[in-house]
Amino acid sequence: MHESFWQKILKFYLPLALFIIFLLFPFYWMFNTSLKPMKELYNLKLNPFYIHSPTLANVKTLLFETIFFRWMFNTFFVAILSTAISLSTSLLAAYAIQRLKFKTSGPTGLIIFFGYLIPPTILFIPLATIIFDLKLWDSLWSLVFVYPTFLIPFCTWLLMGYFKSIPKEMEECAMIDGASRLRVFWRIIIPLCLPGIFSAGIFAFTLSWNEFLYALVFISTTESKTAPIGLVTELVRGDVYHWGPLMTGALFASVPVALVYSFFVEHYVAGLTGALKE
Amino acid sequence: MAQVTLENVSKHYVSKQSTEVVAVKDFNLKIEDKEFVVFVGPSGCGKTTTLRMIAGLEEITQGKIYIGDRLINRIPAKDRDIAMVFQNYALYPHMTVYDNLAFSLEMRKLSKEEIQHRVREAADLLEISELLQRKPKQLSGGQRQRVAVGRTIVRKPQVFLFDEPLSNLDAKLRVQMRGELKKLHERLASTIIYVTHDQVEAMTMGDRIVVMKDGLIQQVGKPLDLYFHPVNKFVAGFIGSPTMNFVEARLITSHQKLYVEADGMKLLVPEEKARYLQGFVNQKVVLGLRPQDLPKASSPVEGETFKALVEIIEPIGNEIYLDVKAGRDSLIASVDPKTKVTPHEEILLQANLENIHLFDIESEMALL
Repeated sequence: MHESFWQKILKFYLPLALFIIFLLFPFYWMFNTSLKPMKELYNLKLNPFYIHSPTLANVKTLLFETIFFRWMFNTFFVAILSTAISLSTSLLAAYAIQRLKFKTSGPTGLIIFFGYLIPPTILFIPLATIIFDLKLWDSLWSLVFVYPTFLIPFCTWLLMGYFKSIPKEMEECAMIDGASRLRVFWRIIIPLCLPGIFSAGIFAFTLSWNEFLYALVFISTTESKTAPIGLVTELVRGDVYHWGPLMTGALFASVPVALVYSFFVEHYVAGLTGALKE
Repeated sequence: MAQVTLENVSKHYVSKQSTEVVAVKDFNLKIEDKEFVVFVGPSGCGKTTTLRMIAGLEEITQGKIYIGDRLINRIPAKDRDIAMVFQNYALYPHMTVYDNLAFSLEMRKLSKEEIQHRVREAADLLEISELLQRKPKQLSGGQRQRVAVGRTIVRKPQVFLFDEPLSNLDAKLRVQMRGELKKLHERLASTIIYVTHDQVEAMTMGDRIVVMKDGLIQQVGKPLDLYFHPVNKFVAGFIGSPTMNFVEARLITSHQKLYVEADGMKLLVPEEKARYLQGFVNQKVVLGLRPQDLPKASSPVEGETFKALVEIIEPIGNEIYLDVKAGRDSLIASVDPKTKVTPHEEILLQANLENIHLFDIESEMALL
């Protein structure tokens, strides 16, 4: 059955266009605002969707009057390290819970899951005490060690589902073939789970990248701030919002994540649905 | 190559309801060097569990397993020098066929040249040389099967284990692979333990067959021994196709001769069999008749033929299966393909008295 040109537009392209507009509008708004001079921003008589006198002043303010690069580096540093810690821990945990049938494997899985359900707004107070005792207060390392508290549970659960989809016989066969448990893990399990590991990694990375509460509480020195905190604390001075540089910073900080997502979106979906295609 | 010995091997599980389940009980068997032994039985009979205990994939609850002279109870799977083909082949999907074949050799740290040599050799033997660079998902079922077999033969292990390797193939391919595996066994001259639920596979491939049910060995023997001399009703019914007919009957004497009498038939028990049955006269027994031992008769013979009403006719080609009713009992008879019969016709069937089987009605053990 062939649909006519108009039917196709109505049923497919129109909804798609609406969806794209809905999803990309925030980016457009950030971009739009970042190139407008302050005067134009506050002039309500002008068309807000159009830039009348574009300027790079906001970019200049952001890059040269704040330590934005430093914040970006900090964010990267924390995100990469906490993702690495979470992934390596979750891989082992998920594998153990799923495959080494020890007596408490079921309850362990459940307890890890409960860990994920506790909201950070409750957790940050006890965590603050621990961070203080460890003398990590106001250090990026505090975030590196705190983020895994919510990343590990999620990654573990995601990977558990993934491990489940790998036929047990494949492992057994490898063991008969002469591989030790660890070898099986490296040579068979990890390569087969790459999509799952990818999606867990992307998820962990973006969560740490965007994390706000812990970073706000644990970090106070300007040099140690991550991008989300730096922007909000340094560009909202008193009750004055410096919308131009704020939006520029938001744009710069969100584009890398959006790019990562769009490149790996297929892996991400495959990982979440836990499908291993033979 | 080596012999495999199982002494009083048992396997107990604790099920999810915390009750103990006995999967295998008191399994005793000595498998000779270069022998092709088939474990056969319905699902849940413990055949795969036994195989997995030999492979080292299940712990042995009780008993001892030896490969050669070596007690292997506590030896991990990787050091047992065995190779196994799984039902779903368990090929490594991320590796090429070549790497699949080479994996076990790499694990054993063989030299590159040796690995290459052995992989080529196995690939030639199984005619998969042109597939070496493909990934498993690009292969057909039969090709995957070959790769799975190839993966075991590159190892040159002491014992080969096969866990229902043909059950994922279509019927035609299964017959072909059956022959090939048998040829392979001759060529490799190695000990093979093969698990299947298909009695035809068992009969055609095994040097010896182990029939299992509910975790217990029912009978061990050569294929035709099992066919002609089953020790109990279960083995009699399991081996042979179509299955043996079982009819409730009674042993009676008349004119100093022993007869087995059922609702629709009265058959003479041959002299040499009757000798063993004196203690069972006037008792209820189960009469077993193979469909192949029930040809159509042209004229009635006292003590041999009986009347049967044809219900369904199933022509197979080389024979015709007739679903018939003799008295209250339903039977299947296999008759000559040229036989002319119509449904609802009453015919005469002649029992081959030499091959009748009698079983105790309680214990179901063979009386003959």
